[in-house]
Amino acid sequence: MAGIGGSGLILEEGLIFEKGSSGRVGYSLPPLDVPEKEIDTLIPPSFQRTDLSGLPEVSEIEVVRHFVRLSQWNYSIATGPYPLGSCTMKYNPRVNERVASLPGFAQIHPLQPEELSQGALFLMYELERYLAEISGLDRVSLQPAAGAQGELTGLMMIRAYHTTQGNPRRVVLVPDSAHGTNPSSSALSGYQVQTLPSNDRGLIDPDRVRKLMNEEVAAIMITNPNTLGLFEEEICRICEIVHSHGGLVYGDGANLNAILGIARPGDMGFDVLHLNLHKTFSTPHGGGGPGAGPVAVRNILVPFLPVPVVEKEGERLRLNYDLSRSIGKVRAFHANFAVLVRAYAYIRSLGAAGLKRIAQMATLNANYLRSQLESSFHIPFDRLCKHEFVATDKMQQDKGVKTLDIAKRLMDKGFHPPTIYFPLIVSGALMIEPTESESKESLDQYISAMKEIAEEAERDPSQITSAPHLTKVSRLDEVRAAREPILRWKG
Amino acid sequence: MRFIPHTPEDIAAMLKAIGLPDLEALFADVPAALRLKRELNLPTAVSEPEIISHLQAMSQRNGHCPDYSLFLGAGAYHHFVPSVVEEIISREEFYTAYTPYQAELSQGTLQATFEYQTLICQLTAMEVANASMYDGASAVAEAALMSSRVLQRKRILASSALHPDYLMVLRTYLKDLGMELELIPWIDGEGTTSIREAEQLLGQNVAALILQSPNFFGCLEEGDTFAKMAHAKGAFLIAAVVEPTSLGLLKAPGEWGADIVSGEGQSFGNPLNFGGPYLGFFATREKFIRQMPGRLVGRTIDLQGRPGFVLALATREQHIRREKATSNICTNEALCALAATVHLCLLGPRGLRELALLNLQKSGYAKEKIAGLSGFRLSFSAPTYNEFVVRMPEPVEEINRKLRERGIIGGLDLGRFFPEMSDCCLFCVTEMNSREEIDRLLESLGELTQGGN
Repeated sequence: MAGIGGSGLILEEGLIFEKGSSGRVGYSLPPLDVPEKEIDTLIPPSFQRTDLSGLPEVSEIEVVRHFVRLSQWNYSIATGPYPLGSCTMKYNPRVNERVASLPGFAQIHPLQPEELSQGALFLMYELERYLAEISGLDRVSLQPAAGAQGELTGLMMIRAYHTTQGNPRRVVLVPDSAHGTNPSSSALSGYQVQTLPSNDRGLIDPDRVRKLMNEEVAAIMITNPNTLGLFEEEICRICEIVHSHGGLVYGDGANLNAILGIARPGDMGFDVLHLNLHKTFSTPHGGGGPGAGPVAVRNILVPFLPVPVVEKEGERLRLNYDLSRSIGKVRAFHANFAVLVRAYAYIRSLGAAGLKRIAQMATLNANYLRSQLESSFHIPFDRLCKHEFVATDKMQQDKGVKTLDIAKRLMDKGFHPPTIYFPLIVSGALMIEPTESESKESLDQYISAMKEIAEEAERDPSQITSAPHLTKVSRLDEVRAAREPILRWKG
Repeated sequence: MRFIPHTPEDIAAMLKAIGLPDLEALFADVPAALRLKRELNLPTAVSEPEIISHLQAMSQRNGHCPDYSLFLGAGAYHHFVPSVVEEIISREEFYTAYTPYQAELSQGTLQATFEYQTLICQLTAMEVANASMYDGASAVAEAALMSSRVLQRKRILASSALHPDYLMVLRTYLKDLGMELELIPWIDGEGTTSIREAEQLLGQNVAALILQSPNFFGCLEEGDTFAKMAHAKGAFLIAAVVEPTSLGLLKAPGEWGADIVSGEGQSFGNPLNFGGPYLGFFATREKFIRQMPGRLVGRTIDLQGRPGFVLALATREQHIRREKATSNICTNEALCALAATVHLCLLGPRGLRELALLNLQKSGYAKEKIAGLSGFRLSFSAPTYNEFVVRMPEPVEEINRKLRERGIIGGLDLGRFFPEMSDCCLFCVTEMNSREEIDRLLESLGELTQGGN
């Protein structure tokens, strides 16, 4: 079988709540070294809890074994290629983990005096400047905890800006190929969403933008390169049209990996851009988070940045909470600081030339995969792409093989599937983003696996439609999970 | 470059296969005017040993334990993180995996998250919990939005003893949605939210009353009373729990009758990290499942009938519902939730209670002793857990500066958030503060305020 998938021993492991025994413990705490008081004299009995039942009672080895077994049921970047489109699953350098866990970073309190936080503030100050340079914008808020929160922050700043211009405006234009967070963040910042259809080249049509633009449109949200992996060639004209009506241009930076050091959103005309440090800047995804979604802005939006921002006064760094028109705060304290440390280490490890190399190799890998798969899979926009491209199940459909089946069959061959059924404008989309981390051999293995699936679709489609066969579990009943939700253990 | 595997031969072969002459040609679709004609202005690349020593040096410019003893809390708590927690969250299979969209390859993350959801329910005495939010503050803001969605009401009442950052986040999240936020004052001298004022402010149009306990001043609130009062007007009670180790000892908000319990989970297994990443948790009643924000993991079966886990009820979420989603959240704090899960499993019911007792007793000791120092008195009379407010004989800023010279990071200067309280200090004492440290604090406070230094 093509690919790298084999089979191995999988250990069964029940829920932690079904393990252990009453009286067993897995903790160790220091003894009480102050005079003990009667609890009731400290907390009135009516405030006290009487029942903590249900929590597991397990020893340390049981906890270790439990979670190690669970971990072995996961596929990860460290296991193999993970070409999820729009997710930029690149290698997470180990040095990042090492520096993030330095006690001088991990053990510092967010409210401790600035004099004792100068190292941390320096890192934030420098990182802000690096991200501004990479984006081609003026200032950056490091506060948002993730990309979607960056979007919300950016849109709130846009709203605040328009409000000071006399009209907050009502509408945000969102292309039909956009990430779901874009319309959702627009709604959360009080805007109506108007969907902008893509043209037959998979791009935004400036004339359509012109027709929809008016004085009630606050902003347009653009992902460039877009979710088809295509560069918005008319981006400058689009930005001009939006600006000519007083609107602002929001950039979803999820796909920034393709253009690092090649082109800068600020130079294209973007006014706001969020960056996903957990995509472009190699910080780990952690099985769903934490990430960080800094927002870069043009000068006109600086007064609206969330507080605090880091400022330099002589040699001393301080947190400035005094921005008169700030939108406020979107989360407590300053930022997902430990994520910032990792991104800082990554940028310093690569430098300008290294970052540009990242963009080149990510783009080379995507185009190589595309060129090698175009004979076996339908690729609706089969031309030069950036960091990712979209294939479909069109050539396999008549055998009864769908995108979902192809994705599941890839698992048997040892690979994580691509993003599927997104973007929504392509029926049966398989959105493939190999990133720069994959070697040619690794891509060749992926290509062989995909081609073999295409052949299996001809010979023996049932192998595919019943996949995966080698994973811990086979296809799971999602309808049942929605109809009769079981969201916790009840004992 | 060690992160990039490509050799010149690989690049040449790949370009040939694509049919392009050189790497420049990969960017032919980027208009020439946009192509950057120079290198980015960034510091030169450094090797691995250099980046480590550079960041080590930078980190050493920050003061921390054990060089300093720490008496700061206020939403970020210094607790012991067991070695097992660090080891488990350092497993690549967990930390380098993506969101578990492909369930068959993500059973580890999914089962751990299901266990996390269960633990949060047990801790809060609620029926369902989601897979995590960004942090406590945004989780409380999302709770306010959910109340408004369910009840179709636009007014939110919040205790003014809610963490000031949480209040600010709440205000930021509500302001563009035509929602109103009103504050219930705390009672001078007591430190708890005024029940009488809350009653007056509650009307038929209030979606939720938000109450933090222990509150920002460390004081315990009578949650039951506020819950009854809110329910009488058809409003939700949102309980904000910022220091969840307190739940090892204190009645859970679910027992008061809270409709949503949201807050900060950092205390379990997550280091201080200068403020993040932390872990928002969100729990509610079963009947509101479909109105909840965030991801949910559900148990189901596979084609062979074997048990397994999937992301459930995704039709609430942004990638499906887009502008009609219950929240815009996508990336959450999964690895922080895993840390909390492992920590809670290690603690179990006994450890959780013992941890809470250590915090209560040690902070009780410090509180009594500080109150006994000449010129110092307690600002509030309400019972507290591991934080308490002291009125000091000199401005807090002054005293803290002198303490710093003695290797002590004192409590929070409340003047920072409440200008009229610049002589009030919020102390936090946890299991990490030894009696020796506490005694050294007491001694220093005594000496520093008697003209000595």
